[in-house]
Amino acid sequence: MRGKKLGGVLLAAAVAAAGLWGLTCLLVPKYTGRVVEGNFTAEYYREESPHDVLILGDCEAYENISPVTLWREYGITSYIRGNAQQLMSQSYYLLKDALREEKPETVILSISAMQQAEQSNETYNRMTLDGMRWSREKLEAILASRMEGEHLIEYVFPLLRFHSRWAELGGEDLTWFADRPLVTHSGYYMRADVRPAGTFPAERRRSNYEFEEKAYEYLDRIRELCEEEGIALILFKAPSLYPVWYDQWDMQIEEYAKAYGLAYLNALEEIDVIGIDFSEDTYDGGLHMNVYGAEKVSRWLGPVLQKQFGVPDRRGDAALSAVWEAKAARYDAEKQSQEEEFARLGYLTRFSGDETGASD
Amino acid sequence: MLLVSYEFLFFLAVLLALYYLLPGRFQWPLLLAASVLFYLSGGAFAIVFLITTTVTTWFLALRLEAMTERAAARVKELGLSGGEKRAFQAAVKQKKKRVLIAGLILNFGLLAVLKYTNFFLGNVDVLFFGGSGEGPYVDWLLPLGISYYTFQATGYLIDVYHKKIHAQKNLARYALFVSFFPQIVQGPISRFDELAAQLTESRRFDWLTIRLGLMRMLWGFFKKLVAADRIAPAVAVIVQNPDQYQGIYVWIGMFAYMLQMFADFTGGIDIVIGAAQLFGIRLPENFNRPFSSRSLAEFWRRWHMTLMRWLREYIFFPVSTSRASQKLSGAARRFLGKGAGRRAPLYFASVTVWLITGIWHGASWNFVAWGLANCAVLLISQECSPLYRRFCSRFAWTASRGYAAFEVARTYLVFCMIEMFEYYSFDVVFSMFGSMFFGIRPWQFSGELAASLGLSAADWIVVGLSALLMFAVGLAQRDGRSVRERIFALPGWQRFFVIYGLFLAVLVLGVYGQGYDASQFIYNQF
Repeated sequence: MRGKKLGGVLLAAAVAAAGLWGLTCLLVPKYTGRVVEGNFTAEYYREESPHDVLILGDCEAYENISPVTLWREYGITSYIRGNAQQLMSQSYYLLKDALREEKPETVILSISAMQQAEQSNETYNRMTLDGMRWSREKLEAILASRMEGEHLIEYVFPLLRFHSRWAELGGEDLTWFADRPLVTHSGYYMRADVRPAGTFPAERRRSNYEFEEKAYEYLDRIRELCEEEGIALILFKAPSLYPVWYDQWDMQIEEYAKAYGLAYLNALEEIDVIGIDFSEDTYDGGLHMNVYGAEKVSRWLGPVLQKQFGVPDRRGDAALSAVWEAKAARYDAEKQSQEEEFARLGYLTRFSGDETGASD
Repeated sequence: MLLVSYEFLFFLAVLLALYYLLPGRFQWPLLLAASVLFYLSGGAFAIVFLITTTVTTWFLALRLEAMTERAAARVKELGLSGGEKRAFQAAVKQKKKRVLIAGLILNFGLLAVLKYTNFFLGNVDVLFFGGSGEGPYVDWLLPLGISYYTFQATGYLIDVYHKKIHAQKNLARYALFVSFFPQIVQGPISRFDELAAQLTESRRFDWLTIRLGLMRMLWGFFKKLVAADRIAPAVAVIVQNPDQYQGIYVWIGMFAYMLQMFADFTGGIDIVIGAAQLFGIRLPENFNRPFSSRSLAEFWRRWHMTLMRWLREYIFFPVSTSRASQKLSGAARRFLGKGAGRRAPLYFASVTVWLITGIWHGASWNFVAWGLANCAVLLISQECSPLYRRFCSRFAWTASRGYAAFEVARTYLVFCMIEMFEYYSFDVVFSMFGSMFFGIRPWQFSGELAASLGLSAADWIVVGLSALLMFAVGLAQRDGRSVRERIFALPGWQRFFVIYGLFLAVLVLGVYGQGYDASQFIYNQF
């Protein structure tokens, strides 16, 4: 009798847990429409092979460098762990998280996130952190970047955060109930549409150009971690025309790099060398590169990585080649598909709308 | 710390674990420490007022009891009897009354100053400065639960004065009675004799009590988060724009507001009573299916019962038997006849009670008008009751269920209409009355105006289903049996699905989390 009762209780607990799991799967956002950025973090865990180069940062990381081009032309294996408005603290914990999986030789850190030490929008936090596997790093990343009103328990049980989506469920919530499509190419967010650079608002004067202490704190932590692990750290500024990268900011990064013997690659100063044509190589008027711009940046970056940092050419490795050829085929197919659609319509249906997506 | 917050649930879970792990003698000190912590979470400064009320009422109650005991001993010692004894006791009573009045003035004075200073300044501004609105207003924060704990503590003092109870000698035990954390935010207002002993009893873990408490809390969360907070945006839009939302919207606003208020207040009380029950403590009920009332008088016996009980015991009875009432009665008898003389004390006490009820609910003339409107309807109903009884005895159909339903609907409507006085001036209220009866166009509930209420079709469906569920539970409670106990008497799987279904409804359909402004319970404002 007692055993039967215990069995009943256990069964009820299992049904209750399954119900909650099912509801969570149904209600969490799938990020398979216009905004796909929420899937970036989790995709990393689906990688089949290690990487020599890990690229960290915000949209300037995941929209301006093409790992497939780095592979195809230089045999460099790389992955971008980037997210919309990814803070320095989040880059640090994503690096720590990645180091549990693999040990890259080089880390490229996009430093545009230095301008913002605290998160301004909870959605960006969720898109960056929800995809992380549970670990001490994830817990610390949440605690380091959560905004006022964000609760740790809502990360532990995402149903508490996304329960109100019940009224807006769509077909994609059933299609991607327990799985997600691949939306990036080794962390790279592909856009093959073109919107030439236009004019930008005048440069706003700021009362203080000093990066915040918290941003420096996590830059220090990333540097120290790389030192401990024997990883070469490169500070990188993407060739985005807007938002403005102030000279005062550039000087601070230069000074920091000099002080710690780091490389600082400012692609903004190499636009001519890279060969960027802002009438062709951007999809949003100069804020981010499209695939043509990203490939140019990658062709400029590849030789630097190999000559200055000795990143090896792995094309001789048959197993790696097989993995990367599959990636390249998928990359080419999507690129072609987007090119055809853009040529036909003048825009990409998936990304059309009032906003261009979650890119920061 | 709001009752509907993760923090509160965490606080409750930790406290519950500690409570049942500790030996019995440490349980009530733990509850006191938790109550202080809970109160401090709402701001440190406000506790000064809570301490003031606690210490003054505790001290004065002890003093009153000491005076009573000394007087009894003195009577015995001196061997007083007859007239001497009466004279001596009258003198002691006078002294005790002074002590009581000092306590009441101090505590109600504190409440009045903190709650009504701006109301007073606003009136001074209107009377003497033309209502510029630029007067020297104060921005004092009202201490959490001050209206509730002041009433509870003064009720205790009055009961000691009347020798209904003995004064509590232990300040800490008394402090727990005044500050017990679940109820300090929005009541119920308990009497010392029904609560104090329970608070300090030692208890063992009892799963039956715990699950009854949890179930009660869950039902409260459902009412608050699924019904009240979902309809709240529509209520706010209609209530704040009476000129725009006319005709059918007055009806919608009225029903939506009542649904929100009912679900909000009763939901909050369910959470409070359920939370107390987790510790084995039974708080008095505050509602008894108020919307099944067949008259306004019955409604007020079923709505906010502990406040009405307090007002009845500590205002209505003393005022109706006071010297002023007797004088008034005499004057009425002389000038208006015997009947008027008999009614005068009742009228005087009723008006006093409803003035206080109105002003307790809000520091504005609107609430005074609301209180007096209630009073007027109640007194008129009372005057007409012989006539109404004759009417009912003459027509047999008035004993039918249909007529009973009509009376329930009529009471609901009257209460809803009186509620309008809380928000609007007389001219607006009467214009809305006109609009709701003569300005209805069914097609008004469509297009932009309907969309501007801020609720989607799915929201309306959820609200409607929640209202139906609350109505069904109300019906199931008609025979006085507990719905929770009936649920726990169901076979295992049925019970599981009922409770789990309710839990999922709160979890998924509740309005909470990011973007939720942790909306206060309506009755937290007092």
